[in-house]
Amino acid sequence: MSESPFAVEMNDVVIRFPGVLANDHVNFTLRQGEIHALLGENGAGKSTLMNALAGLYRPTSGTIKIKGETVNFSSPKDAIAKGIGMVHQHFMLVPTQTVTENILLGLDQPRFFMRLKEYDQKVLALQDQFGLRVDPTAKIWQLSVGEQQRVEILKTLYRGANILIMDEPTAVLAPQEIDDLIETMRSMVAQGKSIVFISHKLQEVTAVADRVTVLRKGKVTAEGVSITGMTKRDLAQLMVGRDVVFSVAKKPQKPGDVVLSIRDVRAENNKGVPALRGVNLEVRQGEILGIAGVSGNGQSELAEVITGMRPCQGSILINGEDVANQPPIVSIRGGVAHVPEDRTHVGSAPNLSITDNTIMKAYREQPVAKGWSVDFTYARENARNLKRAYEILAPSVETMARKLSGGNLQKVILAREISIEPRLMVAVQPTRGLDVGAIEAIQTLILAQRESGTAVLLVSEELEELLSLSDRIAVIYEGEIMGIVPNENADVEELGLMMTGSHLEDIRKQKAASDAGRVPS
Amino acid sequence: MKLPFTVMFEKRMDDVPKWLPAATSIGSVVIAFIISGIILKLIGGQPMRVGKFFFEATFGSWAAVSDTLVKATPLIMVGLACTIAFKMKLWNIGAEGQFYIGAFAASLVVLIPMVPLDSPRFVIIGLMIIMGMIGGAAWGFIPGVLKGKFGVNEIITTLMLNYIAILWNNFWIFNKWSDAGFQMTPPFEKTAWLPRLADYAREYKAFSGITLHLGVVIALVATVVVWWVLERSRWGYEIKLTGDNKEAARYAGINIVRNIILVMMFSGALAGLAGMSEISGVVHRLQERISPGYGFTGIIIAWLAKLNPFAVVLVSILFGALIVAGREIQPSGLAQLLQGIILFMVISSDVLLRYKIRFIRLHSPAAGEVEVA
Repeated sequence: MSESPFAVEMNDVVIRFPGVLANDHVNFTLRQGEIHALLGENGAGKSTLMNALAGLYRPTSGTIKIKGETVNFSSPKDAIAKGIGMVHQHFMLVPTQTVTENILLGLDQPRFFMRLKEYDQKVLALQDQFGLRVDPTAKIWQLSVGEQQRVEILKTLYRGANILIMDEPTAVLAPQEIDDLIETMRSMVAQGKSIVFISHKLQEVTAVADRVTVLRKGKVTAEGVSITGMTKRDLAQLMVGRDVVFSVAKKPQKPGDVVLSIRDVRAENNKGVPALRGVNLEVRQGEILGIAGVSGNGQSELAEVITGMRPCQGSILINGEDVANQPPIVSIRGGVAHVPEDRTHVGSAPNLSITDNTIMKAYREQPVAKGWSVDFTYARENARNLKRAYEILAPSVETMARKLSGGNLQKVILAREISIEPRLMVAVQPTRGLDVGAIEAIQTLILAQRESGTAVLLVSEELEELLSLSDRIAVIYEGEIMGIVPNENADVEELGLMMTGSHLEDIRKQKAASDAGRVPS
Repeated sequence: MKLPFTVMFEKRMDDVPKWLPAATSIGSVVIAFIISGIILKLIGGQPMRVGKFFFEATFGSWAAVSDTLVKATPLIMVGLACTIAFKMKLWNIGAEGQFYIGAFAASLVVLIPMVPLDSPRFVIIGLMIIMGMIGGAAWGFIPGVLKGKFGVNEIITTLMLNYIAILWNNFWIFNKWSDAGFQMTPPFEKTAWLPRLADYAREYKAFSGITLHLGVVIALVATVVVWWVLERSRWGYEIKLTGDNKEAARYAGINIVRNIILVMMFSGALAGLAGMSEISGVVHRLQERISPGYGFTGIIIAWLAKLNPFAVVLVSILFGALIVAGREIQPSGLAQLLQGIILFMVISSDVLLRYKIRFIRLHSPAAGEVEVA
């Protein structure tokens, strides 16, 4: 493998944005036919470096060579012409058009008549070659996220890409889809393509990559190291620059009074299909109740009915007050903090400053509110304090929220939600898409909430996270709670069965029956 | 011709410098004047002479400045009306109709009359201001409720309500309150006139013939109020938040339906105030065509001012000058030509805010790049 020639050589690349040195004399090489992982925390400069390779940014200095030839891209078009294709984190597809139409979009051929049937065949042939299955005649909006990603990959392959840059491709995928993607990546390199795999998920990097380059704060901390012999711990240390504790320390603690009590709650999802079918739950002071389940089984809806974002039937008592079917303001006044699933579309206002984003909940009350006006001097000062306390990396509190990385944006949201001193915190996928350092920070914050006596409802798809944080774990499947188990004697196999639709009693009964069966009569 | 460099547009990654939006706006106006000059030259005119005349007609004397400001006054208020609605991404295209209904409602004070016409001036004018705002607010309330409660597109409703408002006015001035069959009401009593500087000509000789009226003060007060609401008040924060991300606003517990209605009413009230100021300060009666499309110009003004209340004042003065110049200069289309070119320039100058332009010298190392913001 190591003898194969370089497909890409980036030498001494510096990319400077005003006030930020995004890439500081970075060297990066990609060999033909390898999967090269580019690892680093959010904001370490991974995407910036690859955007330069894809022709989106111009390096301030340094050289880029493709197959030994020095190039100077001034647009993505130039990069595509050299066989470089980038699969972005956010898909760039037209929802109302078919797969084939999206793949052909922007190309010179076909010229006038679409002759879609003919091109459907071409797309199918390409699919066969790499094992990327998706119906070419389907409209994009009908596809799952994983399928949409396949379309993005097909788009770059159709344009003749030999060097694929995949920007955190697994962040949006379900576990099964991740396996499929890894399979596809392997088949692509087997056919001579080279892949840059941007990620901060250590597990996947060790599973799929041949070599790894690690970036930290714009600098290379490991340059093209072979992955063999590297452990998750080694990689994490290179990324974060210190030892990472993989399980945050949780102190034993007795839960207090019931804060949240949900009785027979039913609700529909956005498509009008029942999403919650009679949910019963209780969360106590100083307790974290984890909600496990495969995504789309009613977790989002559960969080939304509690926070007043979705109508429902049944009763939801927060400290004895029924908040079911009340507008969000009622639950906010009742001391409910909400870390929403969608950080950018629900949890923040992208074009407003960090300051503005930190007062979304507090602007009605003293001291942020002063009569009818907002005391922006106080708000700014307060935001500065939060920025310091929560280690939010941003040039200033005037920075627009959309300029923040995922981890820093999540810290802004948590800072805001925690500073209302909540009695109940509803956190949905709070660490999704974040890097190790940020995950650790967020998890620590959630545990601190538990210690200070807040009741926490934590929805997560990462079982590992639930096991390390929760006191009890409830499993949801198709809008029903399959069972609730205390964390101490949670059995991963049992949880897995519940996540696929078996009731806890049934599992236990069956187990008892099979145990009994083994007993000789 | 082969240029010694290539021009490249690059997406801006960094923040736009604070001075740049203002600079591009001013630059656009300057370039628009230059282009108009060239056009004028091409058709055989004398651009310098016209330019001089343009300036004299609009800013050349106190009377000219006064004329310009009189025209700018309603523009400021409708510009503010659009600004506040646009901040919440409510596309109120109905300032024109709200202007007419504001004028109508203010006229009712005199026409019914609601108070004896020999009441003190401040009572009548005060009442007219209130009625003007209520009228405009009512005309904003209708599309506000339709949008807030039923999700009806406000662009369509506000646009349609414009025609209703104009015809409603016509009905009353042709019918009940027609002055000897003409499409206008009889002139208002002097007590319903906004004070003008000319009224004080006896005391201060310099004021004779100066038609500038109290409306300009009302407009400036409105400017400060709108600025305070948008930049300092809790409500303004809600408006900004809703305008930027409606879902986040809902999540923050903001009552969006109520705010849609309130913002439409506030916007309507400002446009209605403009209508009141125009009939009480300039025409002194309710009549047909009291607005040469102020409500629509307000949309352009709000946009050119980038939704900044103080910039609205400056842009309104420029547009006021263009209206005055259009009246004074032959062919009168010249001012409209200029208006069109300015708008075109400002809209296209937005490119500079989103992209950087680089000139790259050919046959020279990358170090020879010249960057233009």
